[in-house]
Amino acid sequence: MKAEGTILLEAEGIEKSFPGVRALSGVALKVRAGRLVALLGENGAGKSTLMNILSGVFPPDAGTIRVDGQPVRFSRPLDAQAHGIGIVFQELSLIPHLSVAENVYLGREPRTASGLIDYRRLNADTAAVLARLDLKVEPTALIADLRVGQQQLVEIARAVSADAQVLILDEPTSSLSSHEVQVLFSVIADLKKRGVGLIYITHKFDELAHICDDVTIFRDGRVVGEALFADLTRESIVRLMAGRESKELFQKSPAQLGDEILKAEALSLPGEGVGRPFLVEKVSLSLRRGEVLGIFGLVGAGRTELLESLFGLHPRRATGTLSVEGRTVAFKSPADAIAAGLALAPEDRKRDGLVLPMSVAANASLASLERTLRGGFVSETRETAYVTPYIERFRVKTPSLDQLIVNLSGGNQQKVILAKWLATDPKILLLDEPTRGIDVNAKREIYAFIDELARLGLGLIVVSSELPEILALADRVLVMCEGRKTAELTRAEATPERVLHAALPDLVASAAC
Amino acid sequence: MNASKYAAFFARFRSLLALALMVLALSLLSDHFLTADNGWNILRQISVNLCLSIGMTLVILSGGIDLSVGAILALAGAVAAGLLKNGIGIPALDVALKFTTMGAILAGLIVGGGLGWANGFAITRFQLPPFVATLGMLSIARGLTMLWTGGFPLTGLGDDFGRLGTGAFLGMPMPVWIMLALTAVFVVVTKRTRFGRHLYAVGGNERAARLTGLNVGRIKIAVYTLAGALAGVAGLIVTARLDSAQPNAGLGYELDSIAAVVIGGTSLSGGRGSVAGTVLGCLIIGVLNNGLFLLNVSPFWQQVVKGLVILLAVALDKMNSRGRDS
Repeated sequence: MKAEGTILLEAEGIEKSFPGVRALSGVALKVRAGRLVALLGENGAGKSTLMNILSGVFPPDAGTIRVDGQPVRFSRPLDAQAHGIGIVFQELSLIPHLSVAENVYLGREPRTASGLIDYRRLNADTAAVLARLDLKVEPTALIADLRVGQQQLVEIARAVSADAQVLILDEPTSSLSSHEVQVLFSVIADLKKRGVGLIYITHKFDELAHICDDVTIFRDGRVVGEALFADLTRESIVRLMAGRESKELFQKSPAQLGDEILKAEALSLPGEGVGRPFLVEKVSLSLRRGEVLGIFGLVGAGRTELLESLFGLHPRRATGTLSVEGRTVAFKSPADAIAAGLALAPEDRKRDGLVLPMSVAANASLASLERTLRGGFVSETRETAYVTPYIERFRVKTPSLDQLIVNLSGGNQQKVILAKWLATDPKILLLDEPTRGIDVNAKREIYAFIDELARLGLGLIVVSSELPEILALADRVLVMCEGRKTAELTRAEATPERVLHAALPDLVASAAC
Repeated sequence: MNASKYAAFFARFRSLLALALMVLALSLLSDHFLTADNGWNILRQISVNLCLSIGMTLVILSGGIDLSVGAILALAGAVAAGLLKNGIGIPALDVALKFTTMGAILAGLIVGGGLGWANGFAITRFQLPPFVATLGMLSIARGLTMLWTGGFPLTGLGDDFGRLGTGAFLGMPMPVWIMLALTAVFVVVTKRTRFGRHLYAVGGNERAARLTGLNVGRIKIAVYTLAGALAGVAGLIVTARLDSAQPNAGLGYELDSIAAVVIGGTSLSGGRGSVAGTVLGCLIIGVLNNGLFLLNVSPFWQQVVKGLVILLAVALDKMNSRGRDS
């Protein structure tokens, strides 16, 4: 065991670019034995990219990583593991149809003399690790049968069982109950005593007081501050993270509200057997021309499902009445919704929004291809002529319209999706997390577009889990919690406290806020 | 022209280059290779595979696979032959329907298209994986062929029908005419129609296609129906050429057509590829088979070589796309 304060892991001058985005520039980080360094920063500031580099998921473009003072080069996750670096990813990376024990020791299963897996030892060792985490599940239980919080703890058990010298925790508490969080904190304290160095990524400030020693703050791919946690106040951290007042980011123009364009009454979407009986429960809403309705809620509050129900994606399951421009409608498919003037820019662009093997032009024209035909046939000239104004209007940065969409940055991909929908002349635009994974400048542009589209008389619904974004954009805020509408506030009424209060379930309101 | 166009151009050019090298080498190695007769021979030989492979290209572009085309080929050919030869009797009404050549051909196409439609229906309506749905159809169509023929070849189908396989028009064999016409039609369909563009979108990202308002189910059903109908065309050609419907015609042809599509650079994960590439893939396989035969290479070795060519083509393609993505 190393003395407290010894530098275990050191990164210096780390650079990383993805097509169109500079994710990290000149980043440095030190991890010391027996101490926990918290990485803070907005979404897209580069924290997760750095963790992927430190754990060998992908290599940096430039820079050095030293373990115990020796320069190392990780070309895959196994290399990092061999150097004693363990990671708990934000997104679960467990194999659902293997048992807890098989997952915890995946890739390093104990073997019998004959080379088969020694299940007795595997299960016994796992039971010991689970006991340390106070996780009351059988080692032989299937991962698929566990709650998400329990799965997250199994993920942590895997990292802890590997006796890592450096342990990276990327938002480990996002789906833990308050009891589970307390257990995790005591495990962290125990690891610190054993001389393990920890990197901790979180958005929850209140957690830091219990566990944090050092703080490194990221903004736009750079380190903008390093300090002892004891020397910082909440205000100074926020100031460093944001780097600017949120008002500077975007100045909303006053709304000019028109007629009601969309009205939903008692919209419900039953769950599919697991989890809550209703993903969306009796939500009513109304939207007027020129209005931006913000929908805020924590992950799992049913926001995405609400938009999907509005857009005709769950025709058999969703109930409630819907009317567009005063006419009652019943959408059987997204095609019906689009014909009625709706458009949806989904949360997960790559999974739901883009056809990655196709060009920018083909993606942009996909929803309005019939308008670009010549004599019934696809004409590339007409297609280009039709989409170019939209591509230019949203200032999409692309070398050409023939460029494959996969090569554009997240911000530009999102702009192509907006262009695609604007080309259909929609009346109502549904935007699900429109700035997720987008750099700050592109974000500002997207905000301006949303504002402009509202001024042109469209009705917009913006779903976001970033509170400042909702508060900056929305004329009205609808707050959801566990599938229900828990508040509807005007712009003037919508203070951060009131919105957050309505978004948090009663039970954990005191623990997480 | 930009980087991705260069890459696409190179990918196509690479297959062409491989084909040209093969032709050159075989011309030097064999006196019989570079002759007009042998040229027609190769084209005639690939015509059946190309008909199947065009359909397979559509299916694979949409993100699916069709294992039933060989079996559909056999059933379509057998139905056409049986109707032409014996007509169909309806005992209850005590009538026997006679079929003209045209009627029999149409029936073969309807059988092919109908079974293809059933594939598409099972895949979209019951959410069966294409592999499973078409594997089931493979067995069903083979079984129906055996039932229809009783396990014996149906022969003596008449000159009119035979012309479809052995006839010529303006000096070019009929199967080659059919193949060229279908190629032209489907190059246009994939590259120049809304259906073609939607097909690429469904294969490239089905969820995004659905959220963009495309009727994914209808597109897929159309794709499998076309693949079935094209297998019907192939069945008619095979039957007409032999003047006989063999119950085990087309055995394993689905694998040859998948090979041609893959060698032609179409991605098995969907959304990427072209009919033109498939034509090259068929030509490469055809020239390879023909050349190895002329060089007296044992048919057993021919299979080994074909396998190696498939692996090489896909490995090159992977290397190419990896260079592009990162």
